Amino acid sequence: MATTAHAHPAAKTYWLVGLGLAVLTAFEIATPYTDMLDPVRAPLLIAMGLAKFVIVAAVFMHLKYDLKGYRWVFSIAVAGALLVFAVVLAVFQAL
Amino acid sequence: MVIASDGIFEEEHDFESTGDPIHRTRKTAMWVWLGSESFFFGAMISTFLLYRHTTGAGPGAEIFSIPFTSASTFVLLMSSMTMVLADNAFQRSDQRQGRIWLGGTTLLGLTFIAGQIFEFTEFVHGGLKMSTSPFGSSFYMLTGFHGLHVAGGVLMLAMLIAFSLRGRLSPDRGMNVELVALYWHFVDIVWIVIFTVVYLLQI
Repeated sequence: MATTAHAHPAAKTYWLVGLGLAVLTAFEIATPYTDMLDPVRAPLLIAMGLAKFVIVAAVFMHLKYDLKGYRWVFSIAVAGALLVFAVVLAVFQAL
Repeated sequence: MVIASDGIFEEEHDFESTGDPIHRTRKTAMWVWLGSESFFFGAMISTFLLYRHTTGAGPGAEIFSIPFTSASTFVLLMSSMTMVLADNAFQRSDQRQGRIWLGGTTLLGLTFIAGQIFEFTEFVHGGLKMSTSPFGSSFYMLTGFHGLHVAGGVLMLAMLIAFSLRGRLSPDRGMNVELVALYWHFVDIVWIVIFTVVYLLQI
């Protein structure tokens, strides 16, 4: 496990990331109302939600720049939560 | 702590570069707690998905107003940006700028809560109560607990502003802002998941 941390970005980077997230949210909101996207609606929404999740965690929460240990702690927790999610839905045959 | 031409701080956080074990331990504890919160919300979202079609005689997902919730989502997302800018300002020891961004984040958080109260009121008038159906129970439990987390965050933000005004947020205490920021961003990413899974995928 690495113990070194990298420098955090400057305010300009946060503004650009914020703008990107706003654009992504606009696409996300438009997707359910765009008929031609109906066949790929669910995977597209999940992909965009996942992208926003990763961007906020990596840049705003500094996981990209901080100690790798934090990244591991959070990744393991999220993976565990997803496992619980899948097991619960599978047990109740809701998947 | 100077901003270099490539837009990156030349120095790391003091607590990182010095390897202060207390700061590192507090931050690790925060991440572990956020990890446990992931399980909490994961279980809540699973429960909602299990009961999403169990609406009984009451309304289901058709009651959602996507344009309204989209606006709330945008507000919360932007509050994450103002929070990171506040954190950035305090790292640069710019207390005034930090307070402005903290104030903005607080206002956006309050706007989100107000929107949620309005939304809940509309749903209750539309016939969706906690006791109406398993769908209603799981929906209100999930979004209500998330709303409580936002309210807790707003309280912490208000305390940070008060500390800063009293001069109790010196650079060596900048970690407090970073920990609250981590919490706030976590609440935001949980909402990103809720908005996608509970609202957008159900219409």
